[in-house]
Amino acid sequence: MKKPGGSVSHITTPVRAWAHRFAFLLLVASAFGLMLLGKADVLLVERTRTAITDAVAPILDLASRPADTINGIADALSEMTNLRAENELLRRENDRLRSWQALAQKLEAENTALRRLTDMVPDSGLRFVTARVIGDTGGAFARSVLVNAGARDGVSKGQAAITSAGLAGRVAEAGKRSARVLLVTDINSRIPVLIGKGRNRAILAGDNTVQPKLLYLAPQVDVARGDQVVTSGHGGAFPPGLPVGVVSQVGEGVLRVEPYVDWSHIEYLRLADYELSGVLFSPGATNGTISVDASPPGNQEGAQRAER
Amino acid sequence: MNQTVWTRLDLVARSLFPFALTLLLVMVAMVPLRVPELSPIVPSLGIIGVYYWAVYRPDLMPGWAVFLLGLIQDLLGGGPIGIYALVFLLLITSVGAQRRFLATGSFVFVWAIFLPVAAVAFLLIWLLYCLNLDTLIDPGSVIFQYLTTVAVYPCLAWLFAQAQRALLREN
Repeated sequence: MKKPGGSVSHITTPVRAWAHRFAFLLLVASAFGLMLLGKADVLLVERTRTAITDAVAPILDLASRPADTINGIADALSEMTNLRAENELLRRENDRLRSWQALAQKLEAENTALRRLTDMVPDSGLRFVTARVIGDTGGAFARSVLVNAGARDGVSKGQAAITSAGLAGRVAEAGKRSARVLLVTDINSRIPVLIGKGRNRAILAGDNTVQPKLLYLAPQVDVARGDQVVTSGHGGAFPPGLPVGVVSQVGEGVLRVEPYVDWSHIEYLRLADYELSGVLFSPGATNGTISVDASPPGNQEGAQRAER
Repeated sequence: MNQTVWTRLDLVARSLFPFALTLLLVMVAMVPLRVPELSPIVPSLGIIGVYYWAVYRPDLMPGWAVFLLGLIQDLLGGGPIGIYALVFLLLITSVGAQRRFLATGSFVFVWAIFLPVAAVAFLLIWLLYCLNLDTLIDPGSVIFQYLTTVAVYPCLAWLFAQAQRALLREN
């Protein structure tokens, strides 16, 4: 370790300062470059992101366990105090659900019979992967969670993430052993839904608040508070009919939905594989390009642009 | 001979310590708390780490290290990339310029300076996010996140100071 001194320092100090400044400017430029790259090459960024997430997943998996345990103990304690009341409540709910079950069985039989009559194509089968939530990105800018299941467990981009209560989000990226679930409340989340008994189409759009908005609703449509919101399955990305929430705010030019999901209890998420290649997430998918190929060349360009 | 190799390894490990600790904090901030009200206002621990080491040991927190930390934060956060990388870089440069004046100050003084520094950092992050996503992000939760970040600073700074005393004393 020789300290610079004398005549040498006269030369090295400015050079070093210049190199230092240059390195800094280079890094700042790289940061700006990355911002542009993130917009342009989505695939590359996604790959890097899943690689990093995969690398961090085991650490987060381990770290999230004590948090879960403490949470479990707190839950158990609070449950213990109102065990009797809850038991009574559950018994009553059980009675109510039993009558619903009978009705559902009757309707299912009727449905099958009617479908057979009309030769309707059966719905694709649903397959579930259950994953533990190991990370919450938190902060003011995004609403997403990391789960400890990835491509090796059958998780892929676009799958619906649900809890026992309803839809929580969709898989935005899937790594080998981890995946990121974009919650319905995230500012980037857009989910095609149907509202109420009229089954009016709309898009459920998150804005980082707890109650996402409803967009692109037809103008003369009647929507009331308490109307149920379910996934429509349009775009083929999601299974249709998954419960999402209820309309909670009407008027002031904005409709909002209160999701069914209890955000304080999403230790586990079920990722639903609908076994249908969606057009929403892969523009090259077969059912998305059939109409494009059939149209004349001029239209084809327009269609592809619209797709993007 | 063997001794020198170990000493050198030890030195390298020690000099990597601030970076490793800040990286750990970036991950700790992501551990799910199962409290939905808390999730949007979880403090940004990375900013605290970068600020602290930029004030007390800037030699161990060079530009490439904060760039990497910011990039990892961006990638793990799931949002647009490059934003935290840029803000962390600007943070160490602006702090570095006033370092002599800061490092000799009292604990409370360094904390007091952290208030405006973090405010500018959050403002910048918010602006870049809004520009990048082309939408207005509710500034309310950003302000809350800023407040929680500023509030946990003393605890973390104390922890850093203990670690610095224990591991990096000889320099």
